[in-house]
Amino acid sequence: MKNLIVSPAPHAHSGDTVRKNMLLVILALLPAYVVSVVEFGWGALITAAISVAACMLFEWLITRFMLKEPVHLDDCSAILTGLLLAFNLPSNLPWWIVIIGALAAMTLGKMAFGGLGQNLFNPALVGRVFLLISFPVQMTTWPRPLGFAGSYVDAETGATPLYYLKHMVKTGDNSVLGELPDLTQSLLGAMGGSLGEVCALALIIGGLFLICTRVITWHIPVSILVTAALFAVCTGLCGALPEGMSTGQYVLYTLLTGGMMLGAFFMATDYVTSPMTAWGKICFGVGIGLIVMVIRTWGAYPEGMSFAILIMNACVPLLNRIRPRRFGEKKK
Amino acid sequence: MKLILISLIVLGLTGLVAAVLLYLIAQKFRVEEDPRIDRVQEVLPGANCGGCGFAGCRALAEACVKADTLDGLLCPVGGAPTMEKVGAILGLAAAAADPKVAVVRCNGTCEARPRTSEYDGVKSCRIQHNLYVGETACPFGCLGCGDCVAACQFGALGMDPKTGLPVVDDEKCTACGKCVKACPRGIIELRKKGPKNRRVYVDCVNKDKGAIARKACMNACIGCGKCQKECGFDAITVENNVAYIDSEKCRLCRKCESACPTGAIHAINFPPRKPAEPAQTENKPAEAVQTKEAQA
Amino acid sequence: MNTFRIGGVHPHDNKQYSAHQPITECPLPEKAIIPLVQHIGAPSQPVVEKGQKVKVGELLAKAGGFVGANIHSPYSGTITKIDTTIDAWGMKMPAIFMDVEGDEWLPEIDRTPDVIRECRLEPKEIIDKVTAAGIVGLGGACFPTQVKLMPPPGKKAEVLIVNGVECEPYLTCDHQLMLEHGEELMIGIQILMRALGIEHAIIGIEKNKPDAIARMKELAQKSLGVEVKPLKLKYPQGGEKQLIDACIGRQVPSGALPIEVGAVVDNVATIYAVYEAVQKNKPLISRVMTVTGASVARPGNYSVRFGTPLTQVVDLAGGVPEDTGKIIGGGPMMGRAMNNIDMPTNKRVSGLLFLRESESRRVEPENCIRCAKCVTACPMGLEPYLLSKQAQMQMWDEMEQHDVMDCIDCGCCLFTCPSHRPLLDYIRMGKATVGGIIRARQAAQKK
Repeated sequence: MKNLIVSPAPHAHSGDTVRKNMLLVILALLPAYVVSVVEFGWGALITAAISVAACMLFEWLITRFMLKEPVHLDDCSAILTGLLLAFNLPSNLPWWIVIIGALAAMTLGKMAFGGLGQNLFNPALVGRVFLLISFPVQMTTWPRPLGFAGSYVDAETGATPLYYLKHMVKTGDNSVLGELPDLTQSLLGAMGGSLGEVCALALIIGGLFLICTRVITWHIPVSILVTAALFAVCTGLCGALPEGMSTGQYVLYTLLTGGMMLGAFFMATDYVTSPMTAWGKICFGVGIGLIVMVIRTWGAYPEGMSFAILIMNACVPLLNRIRPRRFGEKKK
Repeated sequence: MKLILISLIVLGLTGLVAAVLLYLIAQKFRVEEDPRIDRVQEVLPGANCGGCGFAGCRALAEACVKADTLDGLLCPVGGAPTMEKVGAILGLAAAAADPKVAVVRCNGTCEARPRTSEYDGVKSCRIQHNLYVGETACPFGCLGCGDCVAACQFGALGMDPKTGLPVVDDEKCTACGKCVKACPRGIIELRKKGPKNRRVYVDCVNKDKGAIARKACMNACIGCGKCQKECGFDAITVENNVAYIDSEKCRLCRKCESACPTGAIHAINFPPRKPAEPAQTENKPAEAVQTKEAQA
Repeated sequence: MNTFRIGGVHPHDNKQYSAHQPITECPLPEKAIIPLVQHIGAPSQPVVEKGQKVKVGELLAKAGGFVGANIHSPYSGTITKIDTTIDAWGMKMPAIFMDVEGDEWLPEIDRTPDVIRECRLEPKEIIDKVTAAGIVGLGGACFPTQVKLMPPPGKKAEVLIVNGVECEPYLTCDHQLMLEHGEELMIGIQILMRALGIEHAIIGIEKNKPDAIARMKELAQKSLGVEVKPLKLKYPQGGEKQLIDACIGRQVPSGALPIEVGAVVDNVATIYAVYEAVQKNKPLISRVMTVTGASVARPGNYSVRFGTPLTQVVDLAGGVPEDTGKIIGGGPMMGRAMNNIDMPTNKRVSGLLFLRESESRRVEPENCIRCAKCVTACPMGLEPYLLSKQAQMQMWDEMEQHDVMDCIDCGCCLFTCPSHRPLLDYIRMGKATVGGIIRARQAAQKK
């Protein structure tokens, strides 16, 4: 008999791998991607393709030549980062800006910290915010959802629902109420916005899929959405809403427009940059919900999800000090 | 123009005020320390390896300044020259100390010690040792995962891929003792470096009865006691079926080496013997010059 | 609530190989080796000498202390020597060697198959019989059973929890025992209830054993105070603390024993041994063990007397399969991989699992991706990623503050980690070191 193999227990494994989790998230993003291709046509295809390819290329280059470590492109984390970055960009963004975004995401967001598992900030959001600050004009003009009828290069642009919402709450002017999409449109995505954030329904389906397959837990999405909704309710109760918009409507618009769903289910729940314990995650979610609503209501930008998540990412090492409930611990 | 002037004056004044404030506060909260501690610390190597037994070079410096004598205080990295410098600063005589070196006391090479299982756990000697006997039948032998190599801050230990055993570079070894602590089986020992870097030691720590030890490894010490009988200086004791050479008493005559039937006793850095003697396995190349065997 | 509240994982139960295989007696060996350490506690002291002739059931070694157990002869024959041998992990093991001659039993042992239902003994008498019989926990921990039956002053037992869970994958010996000896088991439960002076017992059985649940429910109807609780399938449900949480909703505090929440937990095999000891005067000299694996020719549940060479049991099961990579004593989650099977059977080995080579090797670990699946999975509410890193960096004080001593070694963290990191290997090493530091500190304080 050959020599026996000896190792410490346990001798069984669930079969879970990093790659499986990444692929499940990519799968969960597909419904939203399909909708965005229908809405934005060539722009959606080209931007996503360039973003994914660029992220993979930069990860390979940096890992191989700068870090000089074995490359693990097959764990699909670069593909996921590329896809998420694309989801945060307007679909008519010039291709060279997308590549710069991918470079920023990969280098500043991930590799500078040492690779997978080591970064503090969400790489896709680092890329997006980098682009937002460097190319503010291109990053804040969104194409109208005209599908393949619209052109990639010369897309007709227009304001997003969030822009109108902010305008209304700030000034009380309700003349633009008509510009807001109705609720069905918000749910299904027939409106302007970044590539992946428009179809709230598809994102919710994807998010629930991830929770059911235990890729993510419910804590972060639920705390973000509940906090944002409560804030919206308070805004309504304070009488800050203009005539013609009820609190209920405002809550729904808050949740269904902009990067709220994408951020809650896919960006904030990124493994590496979110807290490790249940209460840590809840505090994280509450923080994001508050900050995003503050930025949306009083800040200079109509969209605050990226900044909210990045700010809370910085708090994660502190949040990780919140311990899980130990077995046998008496509730205080 | 006026704006630049005003800015310069305001900033300059702010800086001046801040500097004065900082100086006053620094003086108020200054910690009084013997200035000699800083001077002693400067001549110490600064490796903070803990080989002296204190928590870093500063702690050793403090201990030296507080002590009346330098006996018992030794920096193994800097050695005698460093302690003399310390003595000069403090007006004390540096204690004479024999330089020491780490010695790996296992010769269970891949050839001599057959593998009886395959270890597939995480590569750590301590974890493997806690789990079971190891990949061979010898419960005392080197496990080869390199905890000692990882512990050495001076790069003095390396794993030999052919034998599966660690090798000590005695130029780099400072005898700080970290590898000794890292080895879960107590295989590494700090022994006197010896004149001309020569030393004799028993390359085995197997405490099983001779027959069992030999079955597990061809190079084992079987505790037969022949070396003890040969030694004219009472340097060898055989306890728990294994021989041990006391490096204080050893005179490097190598009679025990010749007497050992399994070749478990090793003599390092000696010139090669004349062909009539049995060949011994040595870790280091011996000196090429044929001289009389050194007598200490 | 029908499971424990914190953590847990779901390994494939892989019980199909040996499930429902009737318990088969293993033939007597020619030479037997009876280890002197088959329990937690001090080694037992031999009371026999070389050359002495003994009968089945005769005392071979006395318990070495309060936390210790007697060892009895499973065979009749002659003692050849009292020496050390090597166990399945290459370490020395003191043992009594004997040549087996015939099968003569001590006359007081009742060898009939009749089920004896009446027990009129006083609690103290029951405990004495259990102590004398050398019964230890046969669920794997091998804790001397009599210690559990004698709560320290100030602590009172309220409920007996019977562990029929068998949460380890592959193992089926407890299941088969419940099916074939359910009546005796029920009597054993009542004996223990009498010894502890309590009126309530809960039998915890996982839902993958519906026939055992049905059988025990049927028997429980005739027994006052005994209820059967079917439990959701989750590992490590059979862990003492988790089982108590699942059955009575109380969590044993850190560092305390189950008696702190009024519970006494015993495995079904242990309770069967109690029945045999009290009703049949038979000391603990055998147990049922599962021999299983995908490539094993005749996987099943074998009744073995202690001291039988493992090779003999394996031959009964069809021999060591060709493609064997690992042989594990116990189940795949907490069992220990062996480096040889020259060891004898004993109270500690509840099963032999033969893993094929393709199933035996670990995957190369990757960086921690901070997915927190280990935190979610840990049934004790610990943070394995953190404890593992602290152990690597030798941060013993921090490990103690992060409650590493609560770790029950279940393996859920390593099982679930997508990066295949060797979390538990480092945590175990840290636990051993921190345990040593704590003991040294307590010893210094006593002075």
